[in-house]
Amino acid sequence: MLLEVNDVRGSYGGTDILHGVTLNVGNREIVTIAGTNGAGKSTLAKAVIGLLPQVSGRIEFAGRDLTGLPVEDRIAAGLAYVPQVANVFLSLTVLENLKVVPNVRDATTRIARQLDAFPALKPRLRQRAATLSGGERQMLAFARALLTQPTLVVLDEPTAALAPSLVQQVFDLVIQLPAQDVAVLMVEQRARQALAISDRGYILDQGRVVLAGPATGLLADDRMAKLYLGSEH
Amino acid sequence: MIAYLIAVGIIALIYMLLTIGLNLQYGYTGLINFGVVAFFAIGAYTSALLTLGGWPLVPAFVVAIIVAAIVAYPIGLLSLRLSDDYLAVVTLGFSEVVRLAIQQERWLTHGVQGLPGIPRMFLSLGIGDYAELATLAVLVLCNLAAIGLMLHLVRSPYGRLIQAIRDDEVAVEAIGKDPRRLKVQVFMLGSGLAGLAGAFYAHFITYLSPDQFLPLVTFYVWIAMIIGGTGRTTGAVAGSLILMVFLEGSRFARDWIPSVSEVQMASVRLALVGLALILFTIYRPQGMMGSRR
Repeated sequence: MLLEVNDVRGSYGGTDILHGVTLNVGNREIVTIAGTNGAGKSTLAKAVIGLLPQVSGRIEFAGRDLTGLPVEDRIAAGLAYVPQVANVFLSLTVLENLKVVPNVRDATTRIARQLDAFPALKPRLRQRAATLSGGERQMLAFARALLTQPTLVVLDEPTAALAPSLVQQVFDLVIQLPAQDVAVLMVEQRARQALAISDRGYILDQGRVVLAGPATGLLADDRMAKLYLGSEH
Repeated sequence: MIAYLIAVGIIALIYMLLTIGLNLQYGYTGLINFGVVAFFAIGAYTSALLTLGGWPLVPAFVVAIIVAAIVAYPIGLLSLRLSDDYLAVVTLGFSEVVRLAIQQERWLTHGVQGLPGIPRMFLSLGIGDYAELATLAVLVLCNLAAIGLMLHLVRSPYGRLIQAIRDDEVAVEAIGKDPRRLKVQVFMLGSGLAGLAGAFYAHFITYLSPDQFLPLVTFYVWIAMIIGGTGRTTGAVAGSLILMVFLEGSRFARDWIPSVSEVQMASVRLALVGLALILFTIYRPQGMMGSRR
């Protein structure tokens, strides 16, 4: 397995939000974490990337123990993270948003490669990110995350605050990532749509995994769908 | 009249250094520093005390910059734990602590009696009235250097990172950079510039007392930055010049309203500066040099 999260507990400094979460992600897999509001989905994403202040348990990535390592070391190890909503630097141009990523070897070539992968960004290079549409901002966030050539991208609610017409556009971007040798750990509120493009899924409730398995199985599980996935729009 | 214009020019250029430093802290990085005057005072007293103790001017200026930057270090560290609003309150409080410490520590600063006899710049060269002109020239060079440094900085990878902090700290962490370290560095750099401005001020005025370092100085610098355009180095330049036109221009307004006494005129000047700020905020919120985003 590429990522192995074992018995992870964590908090922002007070009461634990995660209560012993165990999950894994394989190479070139898309794995969705779904659950109700406040289930601990985004907290889990932050624990994986190293942004959660208090974490116990073990997080292994490509056989290496990441527990206690700062974010920059996890990114150097091959992880990338796209935060929820505020994921681009609004006052910087599209090009500056790409150039801002530190420690990228041969940055010019890699930026050109990302612009080929996300051609909609090309005509907007000198535009401030604040002027981009929601979908274009997500493209920019993805392009920036992929600059460091990660093997696993953690996406925290990539469709949050997007118009419904743009949601499928973002999922179309996610589904292309395994072809680039990138696995995806995606936290999503739109569980049905997310699971539809995923290999596997985990359902969280109150900081615990209450259901896990292949995405098709979860989608077919009426009981759990009613409890945790809701009726999808 | 020429001597007056040179003196106004020197004060304008001192304010310009302060505004460039604040613009780096707030305009580019988003750090709300309401204690600019504290670092200005620290630079002024450091250089004054050292030169009165026999130090040559240049090393005294260098130490003034370093001391102001070092004092900024713990305040910068505090900014890591505080949100923007709280940092504003802490820095405002800190500026008053510095002023009161200057007032109380008479053994060092002579307290409210003030520190007289600070050596004037270039006086030892025996160039008489040209000494102030030389001071003006050196200040122009220092401002040009500071402007060049800022323009280079904001276009560099470092500059992109500090501007990214202003937009979103979590997103900066997400790309593997520690915003905390950058914030402290920026706070120290801006405060070092304020220290340099303070050193120039001390050796131009040649007398220092605590009442020259009221929070009003900080707010003048903020007004200059806002009027010029936050996040624009050219805005800092334009803003400090416009501020000086308002402050000094309002002196001549007394000729038109003779019934107003000198003391009352000081309040009228403040009101005029406030009015200018209100008008800019309404009609040109992006400042003189800013572009609408």
